[in-house]
Amino acid sequence: MSDYNFAYLDEQTKRMIRRAILKGLAIPGYQVPFASREMPMPYGWGTGGVQVSAAVLTPDDRFKVIDQGADDTTNAVSIRSFFERTADVETTTETKAATVIQTRHRIPETPLTEGQILVYQVPIPEPLRFLEPRETETRKMHELQEYGLMHVKLYEDISKHGHIATSYAYPVKVEDRYVMDPSPIPKFDNPKLSDCPAIQLFGAGREQRIYALPPYTKVVSLDFDDYPFEASKPNQTCGLCGADDSYLDEVIVDDAGRRMFVCSDTDYCEKRRSAGHRGRDAA
Amino acid sequence: MTEQPTPLLSVEAVSKSYGAQIGCKDVSFDLYPGEVMGIVGESGSGKSTLLNCLAGHLPPDTGRVMFDTRTDGPCDTLAMSEPERRMLSRTDWAFVHQNARDGLRMGVSAGGNVGERLMAVGARHYRGIREQAVDWLGRVEIDAHRIDDRPRTFSGGMQQRLQIARNLVTGPRLVFMDEPTGGLDVSVQARLLDLLRGLVRDLGLSAIIVTHDLAVVRLLADRLMVMKSGHVVEEGLTDQVLDDPQHAYTQLLVSSVLQV
Repeated sequence: MSDYNFAYLDEQTKRMIRRAILKGLAIPGYQVPFASREMPMPYGWGTGGVQVSAAVLTPDDRFKVIDQGADDTTNAVSIRSFFERTADVETTTETKAATVIQTRHRIPETPLTEGQILVYQVPIPEPLRFLEPRETETRKMHELQEYGLMHVKLYEDISKHGHIATSYAYPVKVEDRYVMDPSPIPKFDNPKLSDCPAIQLFGAGREQRIYALPPYTKVVSLDFDDYPFEASKPNQTCGLCGADDSYLDEVIVDDAGRRMFVCSDTDYCEKRRSAGHRGRDAA
Repeated sequence: MTEQPTPLLSVEAVSKSYGAQIGCKDVSFDLYPGEVMGIVGESGSGKSTLLNCLAGHLPPDTGRVMFDTRTDGPCDTLAMSEPERRMLSRTDWAFVHQNARDGLRMGVSAGGNVGERLMAVGARHYRGIREQAVDWLGRVEIDAHRIDDRPRTFSGGMQQRLQIARNLVTGPRLVFMDEPTGGLDVSVQARLLDLLRGLVRDLGLSAIIVTHDLAVVRLLADRLMVMKSGHVVEEGLTDQVLDDPQHAYTQLLVSSVLQV
């Protein structure tokens, strides 16, 4: 523990990141550039999220990490042990008990509360990136609120698939101003972004951008009048806990192609099972 | 004497130089509603520079470009703020590039290309956008069943027509065209010119057409401006300039056209 400064980064770096976070909170949805550091993990594994977490953690925090909703996958386990070693903070898998939650691609099913911070890992912060490759141009488009192109993408979806087929990283408009990429969360989670009591911070390490949603921010998913946004999920129930209101992963269980659907949020699923709920695949 | 209408576009002494090199020098003219103005000249005579200055793509060194806006009357487009100018170029203006690839989104379907300007000005009804796209594809003679095809599967002439549809869908009042028939073979050119002439007449558009092809201006333009080395050497009614050229350079230009 004493080999590292608290939470790995030095104090000046954390200051710099906190400044970016504060600016992000002051302008919800705006991408604030910051001097992203090399972290002892590869780009794409959550270097942005880790830096944001390092900047907001205090010794009294209880830290939770999820990867696609699960507490026990590689990414979640290594980031959790990273902060156990470098910050000596208490860790938990319980959503309710955590004060800082770092997440990759999910928002926990248990509603967040005031005082909690949700830190997202973001691969590509620019929602317009694949529509307009020039960074100078996308910045101008944000500046002038020229977001017609975003709807061209949704138009293409409908013309090709008959419905809006974008199912993750679904673009949102924040407080009627900035269009934002909510990181690759399933669009099922999009409604949870809006009016959330917790602080939501987004860190993109490779792209060197931080953006944020202060508590109770209005976040609207883009859509057409005649093709409204729909928060979709597989039309199944969880095989273990029987939940029909949580986002489900499809898991192939044998070589014969049998499959089951389980909650992607492991904490939520375990809580339900210990409360006595059973799904049809539960042993 | 009837009272003169307000010019739609009024250009006053626009000059642009690239260092010591002159792009265009002291160009002034008025364009009235419904009028088509041709600008001809050889390569490097400054006609594209002038067009880009007028359309706000290049800042001219001196001069004023007054546009008669719908809400506020004549405004200097160069003194406008950028959001205003970009709004103008999405609604009241259109720009047809020589190369359709510069004006189209090649990765987006034909319908999406036509719909982009509608969505940019706030259209949020999918079926409405699609109906307008079908309507416009019909007007530029593209089959409605190709609405979901990408422009890269289109021929050169179709791409150019798609570009025109995409530009005209918001009902602009002024169209800038930079060599709209460049790189097309003659029969396709003829059809495109026919189409353009029809659209310009039907919609009452004003247009500024830059070209080196005298046949194009003969067909489309009411008035003509001949440029050489950045200067306007002659201007007048199209037929008058082409049939009775006064300036030595215009005479050369007119006599250079091959007769078949």
